[in-house]
Amino acid sequence: MDQTQKLINAGEDAVDEMLSGIMAAHGSHLWRPENAPRAVIARDGPRKGKVGLIIGGGSGHEPTFLGFVGKGLADAAAIGNVFASPPPQPVVDAAMAVDGGEGVLFMYGNYAGDVMNFDMAAEMLELEDIEARTVLTTDDIASAPREARATRRGVAGNVFIFKAAGAAADKGLSLDEVERVARHANDRTYTMGVALSACSLPHTRRPNFQLAAGEMEIGMGIHGEPGVRRGPLQSADAVADEIMDAILAEMAAGAGDEVAVLVNSLGSTPLMELYILYARVAERLGEAGLNIHTSLVGPYCTSMEMAGASITVMHLDSELKQMLDHPCDCAMFQVR
Amino acid sequence: MDFTAKDLQALLDELARVMAAERDTLCALDGEIGDADHGIAMEQGMAAAASAARDLAADLEDCSLQDLFNAAAKGFLNAVGASSGPLYATAFMRAGKQVGPATSIAADDLRFVIVAMADGITHRGKAETGQKTMIDAWRPAADIAAAGGTSADVLAAAEAGAASTRDMVATLGRAARLGDRSLGHPDPGAVSATLIVKAICMRF
Repeated sequence: MDQTQKLINAGEDAVDEMLSGIMAAHGSHLWRPENAPRAVIARDGPRKGKVGLIIGGGSGHEPTFLGFVGKGLADAAAIGNVFASPPPQPVVDAAMAVDGGEGVLFMYGNYAGDVMNFDMAAEMLELEDIEARTVLTTDDIASAPREARATRRGVAGNVFIFKAAGAAADKGLSLDEVERVARHANDRTYTMGVALSACSLPHTRRPNFQLAAGEMEIGMGIHGEPGVRRGPLQSADAVADEIMDAILAEMAAGAGDEVAVLVNSLGSTPLMELYILYARVAERLGEAGLNIHTSLVGPYCTSMEMAGASITVMHLDSELKQMLDHPCDCAMFQVR
Repeated sequence: MDFTAKDLQALLDELARVMAAERDTLCALDGEIGDADHGIAMEQGMAAAASAARDLAADLEDCSLQDLFNAAAKGFLNAVGASSGPLYATAFMRAGKQVGPATSIAADDLRFVIVAMADGITHRGKAETGQKTMIDAWRPAADIAAAGGTSADVLAAAEAGAASTRDMVATLGRAARLGDRSLGHPDPGAVSATLIVKAICMRF
């Protein structure tokens, strides 16, 4: 099979060369400690007396994770290889760099590898007298049934969940409170996606799954993990309806409630298609009597060049609304 | 026959070569039920393990097996992270603890290295047999090794265990989210585990 076309130099250098570019472009927002090239730290944000928020995971999902490092959001990101959890060391390096004496909170998507590495990092930080707690994101409603919510994957809803926790930390709340807000945000965030074509790893440049022409896969994960159902490609409205049916059924919001919405590109699906989806999503929310408080449309959590999109709805309350509205200034995401 | 620090370095070098050669096959297996990166993690991890061990001591004569295993663990972990990083780092550290500060062991004691590695992986990953993970290859191999089986029997147990994952529904790790759709595909972690067991079994 032909290799996919990518603008890279060598596959094994892709992550580090991307990081070099990000530092060159966003040095006013981000820095890296000497000898810790995979720990990306916010220039403004970390400070004494503030809980440190550390996010992280595999590369290939940009702007997730490092794009959300900045004042008012995450203090640091630990960067792994493509689609692979970072090892414990960059997590430890990040925590040491941002610790303000109030402990740190790790937030990342629920994947077995990430859990093992971040847990090892937490054990290592214990020796440094830094308390590290963890809140896993589990917003992908296609990845497990509702009664097994804790086993679900974390996907694009991360943006809203990290944002809420980052605001709580920036407001100076205690570690207990930041953790509570993070869990609350995760509990009220629902995502489901659809994939139209595969992505390929820079090392292999081969599609990571096969999807026949004219087919789509509902519920596919952001690493190409097979989803819940494969079928013929349908219209944007039909796809939006299938996803919104699932989200609305689980969210059980009352008329008049407010929501935040993210229509996210998995990589190569363009804004045109995202806005077509958004139109139907807004219609469905309107029909359900829900008011949209925050809208994001674009590539927020990608899977390299995968084609497809995901829809995230966060069921707001007054606290979460306040957290989403809190200003943040990150390299790739701002709220003013 | 003794197994020396030099032999351990040769074993790690061989594992790096084997994983490089099998990289695309392991990635393709992982593409069926996961995210197609297992071959890359194993290649990078074993290459880093071998080179970390080599960097530890130019002169392997005075080098303890435990120090080499610990260097390999750290090298593997820091190179890959992922799931295989913590699992094999823990396996190598347990292997190091098993052999202790000796500069060589009797080759037949490699069976206890296999047992220690399996125990380390179980401790870190909390997997049991039947969940379609690498432990389905490691556990039966370790059981035969502990019971005094020949190296051929140990390898056969690992291979049979890996083959049996084809008929399992994954209940742990990323493939667990597939439910019945993981049926019919062998677990890539169990397949790469067999390659490691094989390289060790050739030495006792």
